[in-house]
Amino acid sequence: MPTRKPVQPIPGTTLFDGAAAAKGYALNAMCYAFNHAANRAAFVADEEAFCVRYGLTHDQRAAVAARDVPAMIAAGGNIYYLAKLAGIFGLGVQDVGALQTGMSVAAFKQMLLDQGKDIQGKDMAHG
Amino acid sequence: MADIVGAYFTSHVPAIGGAIHRGDQQDPYWKPFFDGFVRVHQWLALTKPDVAVVFNNDHGLNFFLDCLPTFAVGAADQYHNADEGWGLPIYKPFAGHAALSWHIVEQLVTDEFDPATCQKMQVDHALSIPFELAWPGVDAWPVKIVPIAINTVQHPLPSAKRCLALGRSVHRALTSWPGQERVVVIGTGGLSHQLDGARAGFMNPDYDRFCLDNLARNPDLLTRHSIHDIVRLSGTQGVEILNWIAARGALGPFATEVHRNYHIPISNTAAATMVLNPA
Repeated sequence: MPTRKPVQPIPGTTLFDGAAAAKGYALNAMCYAFNHAANRAAFVADEEAFCVRYGLTHDQRAAVAARDVPAMIAAGGNIYYLAKLAGIFGLGVQDVGALQTGMSVAAFKQMLLDQGKDIQGKDMAHG
Repeated sequence: MADIVGAYFTSHVPAIGGAIHRGDQQDPYWKPFFDGFVRVHQWLALTKPDVAVVFNNDHGLNFFLDCLPTFAVGAADQYHNADEGWGLPIYKPFAGHAALSWHIVEQLVTDEFDPATCQKMQVDHALSIPFELAWPGVDAWPVKIVPIAINTVQHPLPSAKRCLALGRSVHRALTSWPGQERVVVIGTGGLSHQLDGARAGFMNPDYDRFCLDNLARNPDLLTRHSIHDIVRLSGTQGVEILNWIAARGALGPFATEVHRNYHIPISNTAAATMVLNPA
């Protein structure tokens, strides 16, 4: 039978595994609730009360209060759920990318565009 | 048996939905991506499918971490999209082909897969956007669907090898189905992208090309990589290639490439579209 082998960490990457899912449960549950507009409004009206209602840990609460996405991920947040929270703050995936990489949003967007330039002339579009 | 007309694959980046909503298809940023669908529309007009078996992944609309299936087969007569929390329009509903869903479930379990079965299942942008791209502007989708969700959210994820085998089991189900439906197999998501972490913005055209070059003729090559390898090569969300691999399995043993398009970037993603014919 195959056994689990130790794997090399991937730089700049956190795998959302069972340990992260367990640690992040309360934060992700709150974010999942943001699928409903009434919950988004309740969060905006009283952020502290809403976080208490979902039982966020101290680290999760601090990360949310600081709008600190890397700290949310460190506290077990999953990006698919966190995206719903980011939406409340008016942040898109490029804003979130900039926050995590330490770039300006303009620089992050340019980095994405530059990767497209790299493939020009390589005939990627057609087999 | 059902007539498998082919397979259609595309990225499902949420921002595509915004571009469609705004009518930005000819905008310079979007045009290289949307131009890749002219050929898809022609192919669908010729092949005229009436059922779609769709491999996709939920992004926290239907499933939460309280109960997260590795493989989930929708078995409903209706599927609805709903508010995903961050401002996408709500897309129109889908008619389901529940009888075919149960037939597929029977085959999967016979083949020793253990799927969850969902008589209620909301479907998110991973389903709606590929349909909006394939059949723009229609009042109702021209196909009934069987949605099959693969967990790409919480590790451990099913291996690429397992997903290809899952797809091949679905193919067996389609070949033993007594109806005469014309079935298109759809795989959504990818290709390389990473939304989270200090490596956010990562894309990998070399790995994407490896996938696109081998999907039709050598799909087993894509199963040499472990999930960890795929994350390293393709990004944390690049693992959505699992949907493509499963769909390729469902197409059948042989495939020929009809069309591909590849463009960087669409939002944070290396976007791709592909059409394969059976045999």
